[in-house]
Amino acid sequence: MLLNQFLLLGALLFAVGVYGVLARRNGVMVLMSIELMLNAVNLNLVAFGLQHDVVSGQVFALFIIAVAAAEVGVGLAIVLLLYRNRKSIAVDEFDLMKG
Amino acid sequence: MDWILENAFLIPLIPAVSFLVILLFGRSVIGAERVHRVGITAVGIVWVLSMLAAVSWITRVEDSTSYKSDDAEHAQIAVNEGLSASSAGGLDGELHLAAEDDGYGDDGGGYATTEPVISEVDGWWSSSGVDFAVGTLVDGQTVLLLIVVTSISLLVHIYSSEYVKGDRRFVHYYAFLSLFTASMLFFVMAQNLVQMIVGWELVGVCSFALIGHWWEERPNTDAALKAFLTNRVGDIGLLIGVIILFGTFGTFDIDAINRAVGEMGSEVHFAMLMASIALMAAVCSKSGQFPLHTWLPDAMAGPTPVSALIHAATMVVAGVFMIGRLYPVFFEGFSIGTSSINLMAFIGGFTALIGAGLAFAQWDIKKVLAYSTVSQLGYMVMALGVGAWTAAMFHLFTHAFFKACLFLGAGSVSHAAHHTFDMREMGGLRKYMPHTYKTFVISTLALAGVFPFAGFWSKDEILLGAFAGQESAYPLMLIFGCVVALLTAAYMTRVIWYTFWGEYRGHGHPHESPKVMTVPLWILAVMAVVAGAFNLPTPVMRIFGLEGLAHLVQTYAEPTHYLNAIGLSHPPPSFWLAVVGLVMALAGIAITFMYFWRNTGPHGLTERNRYAKAGYTFLEQKYYLDHLYTDIVVGSIKAPIARAANWVNDNVIDKVVNTAGEGARDSGRWVYRWIDQGTIDNTVNALGSGADSGGQGLRVMQTGKVQNYGSLLFGTAAVVAIVFVIVL
Repeated sequence: MLLNQFLLLGALLFAVGVYGVLARRNGVMVLMSIELMLNAVNLNLVAFGLQHDVVSGQVFALFIIAVAAAEVGVGLAIVLLLYRNRKSIAVDEFDLMKG
Repeated sequence: MDWILENAFLIPLIPAVSFLVILLFGRSVIGAERVHRVGITAVGIVWVLSMLAAVSWITRVEDSTSYKSDDAEHAQIAVNEGLSASSAGGLDGELHLAAEDDGYGDDGGGYATTEPVISEVDGWWSSSGVDFAVGTLVDGQTVLLLIVVTSISLLVHIYSSEYVKGDRRFVHYYAFLSLFTASMLFFVMAQNLVQMIVGWELVGVCSFALIGHWWEERPNTDAALKAFLTNRVGDIGLLIGVIILFGTFGTFDIDAINRAVGEMGSEVHFAMLMASIALMAAVCSKSGQFPLHTWLPDAMAGPTPVSALIHAATMVVAGVFMIGRLYPVFFEGFSIGTSSINLMAFIGGFTALIGAGLAFAQWDIKKVLAYSTVSQLGYMVMALGVGAWTAAMFHLFTHAFFKACLFLGAGSVSHAAHHTFDMREMGGLRKYMPHTYKTFVISTLALAGVFPFAGFWSKDEILLGAFAGQESAYPLMLIFGCVVALLTAAYMTRVIWYTFWGEYRGHGHPHESPKVMTVPLWILAVMAVVAGAFNLPTPVMRIFGLEGLAHLVQTYAEPTHYLNAIGLSHPPPSFWLAVVGLVMALAGIAITFMYFWRNTGPHGLTERNRYAKAGYTFLEQKYYLDHLYTDIVVGSIKAPIARAANWVNDNVIDKVVNTAGEGARDSGRWVYRWIDQGTIDNTVNALGSGADSGGQGLRVMQTGKVQNYGSLLFGTAAVVAIVFVIVL
């Protein structure tokens, strides 16, 4: 069974995504890292669906792809607006909520 | 015919209703100027009912006595039956015949006993197993008082309609006059001692209210209070006496108590002595006997018709009536039958003497009459003290008429002479007010005891009672009686001199009173002449061939059903004693006549002689009794009480209040310091500063940078995941 290999690949992708979200300053890169994390999860879902011979894993993966597309749409729009207002998309510059 | 005797409760009820009607509707519905009509009508009806009651009672006595004289043999059988049935007695109308005869039975009255008419309703109220009945006890004594009270009350009601006319409290005056009449009538027909106390107190309250009728002036309210408080002193005696009687016999029923004393005699002597002494205190206060008589002259502050009705003719004889009502108790308690001096006779005689003495030093005509009343009430008490029951009641009867006439006459004089009672501002009034003068003189002769006026006959009977006594005579009382007869005649003649003779010393023009005042005076004056005829001795009536009409009071008024049981005897009349009494009265008049009219005698003695001056001052200061009471007795009690009260105030009450205040203050401080500031404020502050420092601490984490938050999120998730992996 190749489940372990899939899970290890998913974990690797997720870890890369987390690193990208936490470490990259560029907003677009952060969004892309989020995509990585989502796809790591998709990989896991499909792998477990295959393992248990059910189709719901793949269905869930399709849902996530659709939602991710929408999310990227919204996310890029926010980044675009940020750029228009502040001439920058470096996320560490946006700390209006600092306590 | 006995209907009214059995339903005697109607008699006090009618004036009581009149009282309520006048009080509630007098000003609004009837109109203040017309209320006297209500009062006069009510008392008029009651007068008629009282006369009916008198006729019924006389018929009843006739029925029981004719039984004896008609058939002597039957009477003898009835004696035996009566004696055997006496233990089961109490049946209405049952006839008892006493077997004894004291050799003076020629008055035709016989010694048959007439049972009183008792109507009672059980269950008035009950207390700890004792049931109190309410009812009426009508006998000859009650009927006699009914006649006196309703007659005088009716005349006073009529007289007052003019005398008090236009007074601002005209309505209240008539209301209380009605209430007084109701109370007095209730009192005289009380069936038990509790009812008697109720009536006794009610008349006291009416007296208080009427003495203080013009309460705007301070002396009047003082006099009212003095009357009330002095009477309270005696009321304690009344309560104690009644309690002793109840403790001894277990009943409040007057008739039962009198019968029980008659049967038990010396067995209960000590209890009766105690009860008599206690009840004597009540008599002293209500009937103005020494040493509690001092309220009566001050009571003259009330309107004069009130003085005539309450403080001369009716209420003040309540004490005399009470002695007569409970006569077996006193007879046994004071050993009246066997002694030659006793407390009651002495108090009566002494009061008669000092009252007559005081009357000389008064300038206020009403006060002279008030002391005269004190003196005459002393006469009545003395008569009861020497065992002359009939003489006392007869004197009560005659005295009511001529004393009421004198008081109303004084009122008429004052009405004419611009509302003064000071005899120094009168004089010569016989020319201006002939009717008042004539009636006043007639009543004076009656009071002085001049033949053939009413007072002569009743005073003579009292002297006779003291002369003969029961088993032994009362020589001291006889001397007192004769001296008082002389003094009475003298001071009344002095009043006539100052009021009606000489020159007018007041101001303005005196005038005769209207008819509505003089007609009652004339009625009373006529009674003052003829009232003596109600108890003429047999030898006198024999002259006219009317022996059947002799001793009417003795025959019809005596409560024979218990006086026979204690063996009361009647002394035969004495011609020479009557002459002595008459000579005394005439001597009194003659001495005063010489002194004033002929201007002989020691004029100005009181200015010249130190001892005479001292004696006059002593009389003028009323034997210093008022000083004794107010300064010494009340003062000695009042000052320590005041000091003690002040000490208690300073040291106990103030201390308690101060301690309470200080304690409250200290505990308030403690609460402020330790609870409010220490606990609550600190808690709140600590919560605030805790939240503040907590916020400051947590603020560091709030960087505003999304990636920091993400780091925390993922870091935490990683830690949790590791924990899960290791633990689970």
